[in-house]
Amino acid sequence: MTPMTTEQIRALIARGKLKDTLFQAIGILCLGIGLLVIFLLVGDMLMRGLERLSLDFFTNFASRRAGESGILSAWVGTILVMFVTAMAAVPLGVAAGIYLEEYAKRNWITDIIEINITNLAAVPSIVYGLLALGIFVYTFGFGQSILSAGLTLALLILPIVIVSTREAIRSIPAMIREGSMAVGATRWQTCRYHIIPYAMPGILTGVIIGLARAIGETAPIITIGALTFIAFLPPVPFTATGTDGVSAGLFDWVMSPFTVMPIQIFNWTSRPDPAFEVNAAAAGFVLMGMVLSMNAIAIYLRYRMRKNIKW
Amino acid sequence: MQVHDQPQLKAQARNLNFFYGEAQALKSINMPIYDKKVTALIGPSGCGKSTYLRSFNRMHDLYPGNRYEGEIRFFPDNTNLLSADVDPIEVRMRIGMVFQKPNPFPKTIFENVAYGLRVRGESNKRVLDDKVEHALKGAAIWDEVKDRLQELAPNLSGGQQQRLCIARALATDPELLLFDEPTSALDPIATGAIEELVHELKKRVTILIVTHNMQQAARVSDYTAYMYLGEMIEFGKTDEIFLKPNDKRTEDYITGRMG
Amino acid sequence: MSANNVSDLHQVSDRLAHNAMRNVSERLIELLLLAAAAVSVLTTVGIVYVLVSESIHFFQNVPFVDFLTDTQWTPLFDDAHYGIMVLVSGTLVSSGVALLVAIPMGTIIAIYLSEFANPKVREIAKPVLELLGGIPTIVFGYFALLIVTPLLQKIFPELPGFSLLSAGLVMGIMIVPYIASLSEDAMRAVPMSMREGSYAMGATKLYTAIHVVVPAAVSGLAASYILGISRAVGETMILAVAAGMQPNLTWNPMEPAATITSYIVQVALGDLPHGSIGYQTIFAAGLTLLLITLAFNIAGQWLRRRYREAY
Repeated sequence: MTPMTTEQIRALIARGKLKDTLFQAIGILCLGIGLLVIFLLVGDMLMRGLERLSLDFFTNFASRRAGESGILSAWVGTILVMFVTAMAAVPLGVAAGIYLEEYAKRNWITDIIEINITNLAAVPSIVYGLLALGIFVYTFGFGQSILSAGLTLALLILPIVIVSTREAIRSIPAMIREGSMAVGATRWQTCRYHIIPYAMPGILTGVIIGLARAIGETAPIITIGALTFIAFLPPVPFTATGTDGVSAGLFDWVMSPFTVMPIQIFNWTSRPDPAFEVNAAAAGFVLMGMVLSMNAIAIYLRYRMRKNIKW
Repeated sequence: MQVHDQPQLKAQARNLNFFYGEAQALKSINMPIYDKKVTALIGPSGCGKSTYLRSFNRMHDLYPGNRYEGEIRFFPDNTNLLSADVDPIEVRMRIGMVFQKPNPFPKTIFENVAYGLRVRGESNKRVLDDKVEHALKGAAIWDEVKDRLQELAPNLSGGQQQRLCIARALATDPELLLFDEPTSALDPIATGAIEELVHELKKRVTILIVTHNMQQAARVSDYTAYMYLGEMIEFGKTDEIFLKPNDKRTEDYITGRMG
Repeated sequence: MSANNVSDLHQVSDRLAHNAMRNVSERLIELLLLAAAAVSVLTTVGIVYVLVSESIHFFQNVPFVDFLTDTQWTPLFDDAHYGIMVLVSGTLVSSGVALLVAIPMGTIIAIYLSEFANPKVREIAKPVLELLGGIPTIVFGYFALLIVTPLLQKIFPELPGFSLLSAGLVMGIMIVPYIASLSEDAMRAVPMSMREGSYAMGATKLYTAIHVVVPAAVSGLAASYILGISRAVGETMILAVAAGMQPNLTWNPMEPAATITSYIVQVALGDLPHGSIGYQTIFAAGLTLLLITLAFNIAGQWLRRRYREAY
């Protein structure tokens, strides 16, 4: 190789920089496509569904006539299922996270649990549906109920809650733990009064992200056999049910059949009559609103955490 | 600063100021770098010696908010390395650098050394083979690696990695070679090998070396500059600096009263 | 004095008793926490148990060889055939389309964000991307069916209303954020000193990114691709909505076809009696799905171990 002249080197550099610029343009384009999809989705759903987005839409049951259909049973079902999911996933996930960070010794049991959590994150959600169908619906006899659905989604988001709990705990410096232990607190007291409160914002973020994931899950709930057409609400505790005048118990609603938002949308998109597309768009917009605002809250929380915490 | 019998200039800093955002890290530095000589930069931590070294190949351009004032003239063509018209990439193609911690790329030994050649568009196998061998010999590591050129470089020992990084820098025949505390992550034996190599290399290339180790400066360099708080306190032939420093601060540092 | 001593002794023994109580409750709490952590292992055990036990019933009725080699999947017809390859082909084709979109786009975005974008752009772009990743898949299904398919039909007039292509493309967009986000994390973890080494040789940004940063982050990139593959293979609703649900042994993305997941949904929507062979097919299909996911994950972990981070 004869030494390159300055001109050759400059030409080489110019070519390299051109490639840099081109790549940058492609990168921005790819990011732009992502943004465009969000805009298109939200925009299209809003435009298509706007005519249906009135108060009636939220207070009507699904109906055979598209124009009179609403999402009452769907949004109520979604909220109740999410409640069960949170009630199951938060204590279990946080407890598991605390165990793994604060108690677990390095042994094969811990290894199995850790490998297991990592691998569960890769299991397709519909497989959780099959698990629930076999165990909750038939073995435990919970049937196609809010309880079955809530527990299924709880198992699905458990890895998310565990991982975020562990990350939140790990970000607490050792000196806090040592300080508490040094004044004679037991391990649990340290967790109860120091670790859990300090880790709370991080745990909360994980829980919200997990619930945002669960709220949009359709496949596992369809798999356990949730109905797509429900024209009644689960029994409100202590009110008369049906004709016999017997009052519903406090927890009767958990065994009730139900539908949820994503299933309602699925039902409407799969109808041949295009009038139902309007309903699907409107319901999709509402669901997107729920999910995006939950995610936005989580992102905001994470941002604030990063700003506020200075050990 | 009486230096007689002066060799040719390779580079010269003129009124060099440098700012990290608002903070001034280098204050009005003037200093010659002589051709085919080893110049050592010494001084306590945070004195700006690394900052100064990294100005030569415009490493500061990689990060936003950094600003140079003044000039570093590069000879024989009298280019101002810091000029906004001069492309940092062009500067880096003429000036090689060896870092504090060995930083081989996650590639084979051969590809590490060939990296700079490939960056320059060289793809002729024969030329690459030749130049890689020559560079590895120049960095005194050829005998150790000639049978394992296709192995991954990060599997080498720390000292070998650092010599590989030197070979990588040598392969493109740089006019000036910058060493940023090249032995601070190495054991004494590996350090000795690198020092010997630096001594050998000055026949081929001009060397500017930052070191926190005064004995090292005394052993390897022809000229030494003492820096303190971003200023160039004293520059001169190494034996003069170490034997009869002019400035009280230099003397304090060298005799171990400070730093 | 002596009375004092006695009361001192009492206090000491009280404290010791208290300590013993405390130890018991500490131990109990630890066990409870361990039990919570064990739930995730139980989930895995449950999944394997349910899938395998129902599949055993299935294979008592259907020869294993037929399952693998039959070219028809008609479990609910009188002339029943159980060729799983029909569903596997749909799954692989749609996943292939998705990954052809998601891997290049995700990697380009990751390189752009990690190596080119200024920190402000990155701070905004990453949460927005995460929002994209949080959109419920049923909404993406709606997007594929009602927006993307009509658009594609303008380019390919012969494209049917349901197709693997349309579903796969949208699935790809859905997976982009996962790959981009994880890959970007991996690239940002590459030490700056390694980039400096490359820049010091006169390399441009793109050259450094491709020849140094990407090889250094390769195991993280592999992990993100594996996650992407898992998502694609296990995705359900986009396919159920937009790819049609008729079993079709095809390698042509322009055709409609059922996948493993959309078949399970289709069956679950109907009313199959518990214990019937139709009911068992969804578990055999689910087991196949899990094994495919597992195979990709094992391959991925093997690759990661082989090309562990070299810095």
